[in-house]
Amino acid sequence: MMWDVEIRGMASAHAIVASSIFMATVMPAVFVENFSVYGSHMVWLYCVAGSVAVVNITVFWLLGISPPTKKNTLSYKLNRLFRSCLYFLLSCLFFHTVVVLYGAPLLESALETFSLAVLLSTLTTLRCLCVLGPNVQAWIRVFSRDGAMSVWDTSLQITTGCSVIGAWLGAFPIPLDWDRPWQVWPISCTLGATTGFLTGLLAAPVWIHWHRKQLTYKLK
Amino acid sequence: MKLSSSVFALLCLMCEIVSIALFLRGFFPVPVKSSFSDKSKVTDFPAEPQTGSGPNSSKAPVPLFKRVVIVLIDALREDFVFGSDGRRFMPYTRHVVERGSSHSFIAKARPPTVTMPRIKALTTGSIPGFIDVVMNLNSPALLEDNLIWQAKSAGKRIIFYGDDTWVRLFPKHFMEHDGTTSFFVSDYTEVDNNVTRHLDGTLKRDDWDILILHYLGLDHIGHISGPHSSLIGPKLMEMDDIIKKIHASLVSKESEGTLPNLLVLCGDHGMSETGSHGGSSEPEINTPLVLISPAFRRKAGFDEPGVLEQVDLTPTLALGLGLPISKNSVGHLIPAVFEELSLREQLRLLQINGHQLSRLLQDSNPTFHKEDGYEQFRVAEKSHGSWMQLYVDGNTSEVLNNMGKKVLKQYLEALKAMSSALSKQLGKYDMYSMIMGMIFTLQVLFLLLLAMPEALSREAVVDVPLASSLLSLPFYLLCLFGSALHVLLCTSAGGPCYLCSLPWVLVFSVILLSSAFTCALVSMVARRMPTSNKTPTKGSDWTLSELDVLLLIGTVGHTLSLASSSFIEEEHQTWYFLLNTLCLAIFQDVCRKYFKEQRHGDEEDKGPLLPSGAEEGPSFFPAVELGMSPGSEKWLALATPLLTLTCCRLLRSLNQTGVQWAHLPDFGHWLFSGDHKAFLSLLAAVSLVLIFLLVQRHCSLVSKIALALGLLGVYSYRAAVGNVLFPWQHSSRAVSKGTVEARFVYVFVLGILFTGVKDLLRSQVMSSAGDSGRLKSRGLWEVYSGVVLLVALLFRAHNLPTLACCLLIQTVMAQFIWKKLHYDAAQTTIMHYWFGQAFFYFQGNSNNIGTVDISVGFVGLESYVEAPAIFLTALSTYAGPLLWACHLLCFLSSQRDRAVMGLGHGSYCFALLRSIPAVFYVVLVTGLRYHLFIWSVFSPKLLYEAMHTLINTAVCLFFTFMDQERSARP
Repeated sequence: MMWDVEIRGMASAHAIVASSIFMATVMPAVFVENFSVYGSHMVWLYCVAGSVAVVNITVFWLLGISPPTKKNTLSYKLNRLFRSCLYFLLSCLFFHTVVVLYGAPLLESALETFSLAVLLSTLTTLRCLCVLGPNVQAWIRVFSRDGAMSVWDTSLQITTGCSVIGAWLGAFPIPLDWDRPWQVWPISCTLGATTGFLTGLLAAPVWIHWHRKQLTYKLK
Repeated sequence: MKLSSSVFALLCLMCEIVSIALFLRGFFPVPVKSSFSDKSKVTDFPAEPQTGSGPNSSKAPVPLFKRVVIVLIDALREDFVFGSDGRRFMPYTRHVVERGSSHSFIAKARPPTVTMPRIKALTTGSIPGFIDVVMNLNSPALLEDNLIWQAKSAGKRIIFYGDDTWVRLFPKHFMEHDGTTSFFVSDYTEVDNNVTRHLDGTLKRDDWDILILHYLGLDHIGHISGPHSSLIGPKLMEMDDIIKKIHASLVSKESEGTLPNLLVLCGDHGMSETGSHGGSSEPEINTPLVLISPAFRRKAGFDEPGVLEQVDLTPTLALGLGLPISKNSVGHLIPAVFEELSLREQLRLLQINGHQLSRLLQDSNPTFHKEDGYEQFRVAEKSHGSWMQLYVDGNTSEVLNNMGKKVLKQYLEALKAMSSALSKQLGKYDMYSMIMGMIFTLQVLFLLLLAMPEALSREAVVDVPLASSLLSLPFYLLCLFGSALHVLLCTSAGGPCYLCSLPWVLVFSVILLSSAFTCALVSMVARRMPTSNKTPTKGSDWTLSELDVLLLIGTVGHTLSLASSSFIEEEHQTWYFLLNTLCLAIFQDVCRKYFKEQRHGDEEDKGPLLPSGAEEGPSFFPAVELGMSPGSEKWLALATPLLTLTCCRLLRSLNQTGVQWAHLPDFGHWLFSGDHKAFLSLLAAVSLVLIFLLVQRHCSLVSKIALALGLLGVYSYRAAVGNVLFPWQHSSRAVSKGTVEARFVYVFVLGILFTGVKDLLRSQVMSSAGDSGRLKSRGLWEVYSGVVLLVALLFRAHNLPTLACCLLIQTVMAQFIWKKLHYDAAQTTIMHYWFGQAFFYFQGNSNNIGTVDISVGFVGLESYVEAPAIFLTALSTYAGPLLWACHLLCFLSSQRDRAVMGLGHGSYCFALLRSIPAVFYVVLVTGLRYHLFIWSVFSPKLLYEAMHTLINTAVCLFFTFMDQERSARP
């Protein structure tokens, strides 16, 4: 019974995140002139990244998923905040490097490449920071085999994996000679990552529900 | 019949090669040819309608021109004359095009845009098949009906200077000739001076009718430095001066009462943005065609040149000179050239051209009655008749004129329709041979796939139930059925068929083999059935790691991607992408191994976020070879995939290949551009030193010395050819062919190979197993280093870093990854194959014929010798896959203690990895044979696939040889 509550809570949290992506796609059209996903792609990208970030932080803060802090002093909180920002930045740089290694041009369109890295970090690292805090040991535990200790850990595994695989698959249409607007770098990859993320959001509760018999989490 | 895995793989690959060869024979169509082998004669001309049956009725039309000078500039692309380059560098030609009495067109060359097929197209008017590319290197005499033969037999005197392909195509046709060989691509001044030096004398003389000049310099410049090089401008100016000179001389000879002269300026093919040719991109197929003659109306201004087919020049020239159009010509004449003639003459010429095309259509197409063009031509001929009736009656009204114009239009439409119908005929395939080849390859592939559990088992022995199937009844029934089908197909009316023309014994053995395969397949399936039914849980306990999943998805995904023409053109992207993912997956595996307690993730993205203070906890350390502490080994292992990734990223920007992004500036061109020679020299020297350091490790002392001297020889060869500098040599030396230096290196290559083979043979007769094993792996390594040295000699100077990186990656991966992470032989083989594929593209190859560097065939040779040239070209083109395969062999045989049947598994995986894409591609090409890009994209790739399979067969042979040696020893 406790299962159902947790899964329902997660499903609604995921629904809120997903709808924020939807809103980020629709709303800017009101404020920005000539807004389109392809035409003003960077605006869309940062809208999505921003809204996902804000909604994630709010939802997880409200739900109280974040690990309980041991000390409650201000300086400790500030330290955590600082470390989280640092990790986020590092993960952006890491994604940027990986994308360049995959063949993105080094100098030209560096901004676009970095924006893709920011989006990917938002979809993956930020959620980790929200759920697990800036605690690398916990991250390693979650992402090693059979390391998940709660439904949220499993959901994190699924959404992160889906986002990265989505971006990976998104690179495939680039060499095709169709001359479509969405083949321009990095649109297909960002779209792939976002689609992958949405799929992950949808798939996580379904998958957990489906496998609830097999899943046995160790107690914290 | 029990076979070891390696022998089984080898036999399968051999069968596949034969069947792919059969498929290729059926796939590349024989060009449209009229069934009569004789040539067009003047008496073949149709009678002009309504002129009675007098002796003059079918006479040849009067020639329009007295003399013709054809200036053919190799790789002259359209914008060199009509574009901004033309305005800057060819002012005189531009002036004539814009203001003079001239006609200019854009002539579309058909792929393959290679010189010899283009020359054949220009002279015969037919469109040579793709297979002509392969024959391009040795061109035997052209026996087909052609313009040059027609001109000669009409008594015209022809002079030729330029590319000696012409001389070989038309032996004894020229009154005077001087051929220059086109293979020394680095020379772009001498080849043209050889042509121009004859010009003054020849232009003064009066004893010739046709002068053909074929200039090669521009093409060579394109190959060296591309269409935007600084060398292009001066070369175009030189060409412009030549045009000016010829035109001035022709004008000065013009006199009243004689026929006017004609100057033709054309290109055989264009030049792609990288400077090569062979494919079908716009800049490669668009060539300029400028006809200059006082017979034309003077132009008022420059208007956009019209577009026509290159083969249209042939009938135009033939009729302009009053010659019969050659039999197999599929072009139609250019109406603008004849617009100054009277209407009657124009109609007559169109009628002759139409008659020739309709004859060819009748010959080559059994259903010619249904062709629109044929019907239109009949109608046009009829109205021509009635027009002539009125004309002969002396009617000269406006009505007659309008009616004549109408007939003219009808004729032109009919010609165009017939011409395109004939061009379409080229897509006729020999389906019987193709399907037989396809069935064969499919059978082999299924055989390979079905044998997988046995071939990859511990024993590595495959039991092929051949003997039992040979005695079974279905086998004889299948044989009977096959023979009946063969007889039926060959007797029924059809196109030309290769299999039907084969001797009966050969065909029967093919049928026998195919039936035996089918029976063996069926009995193998039957054998598998019960086991798969009994153990459905087998899949669950046979778990796949992430790496296995990646390798599987990569192989299948790449195979499927071949269905798209863009993915074929950009295949390098697929491989780079897969290789990167592979490296990241390996990185993850390494992390997992070395951080056992705190294993980290399914996700690659968590890599660098590892804490630097991770506790030392690996429980297992293999023997440390290089005398490192366990801690440093861990970090080196972690660094290896990252180093590989960095190397791959750097190599990727060394050579831009493919189609879409090929025009982007790459590092290789920057190095080669001449201004950065010092840097290139430094890079080459560093690479050579690195190659020496990496290869010498496992060699004997003699081979080490030979290797060092050989690599020195490579550098001095590059210096002699003029690619790199010696530090002490400041003034640029005269450039030579470097034959001596190259032969010096060849001696050492042979020496090292000999030492290696000797060690291998000695290991056979050794008594102690340990010594023999050591000697054998040293021998193998020496063979490998011989190949490396040869490749170092053949690679262009800017590609030497590719070779060095290849060796570096091989060394570190073998040392820290493959040995330590306990990948099994199959996984290691797949990884080697992927690396080999990626390096094929890193060295600048693509799936386009144009990127094959034929100049390699001349390293150390004074002149063109067919066998070594082909061998060297193939070796240098497939150097990447070959080196990785050799490394795999060395690696697997040195790992004998761990993977007992490593070699057998390796060679089986190699055969399977090659067969899957090759067979899929053969089936695919059969399905896509009417695709728009079949000739430009799919067929070059088919040739590459076939060649790659051949190379793999050779590698497998070597594998089998080594494996047999081992199994012979207890």
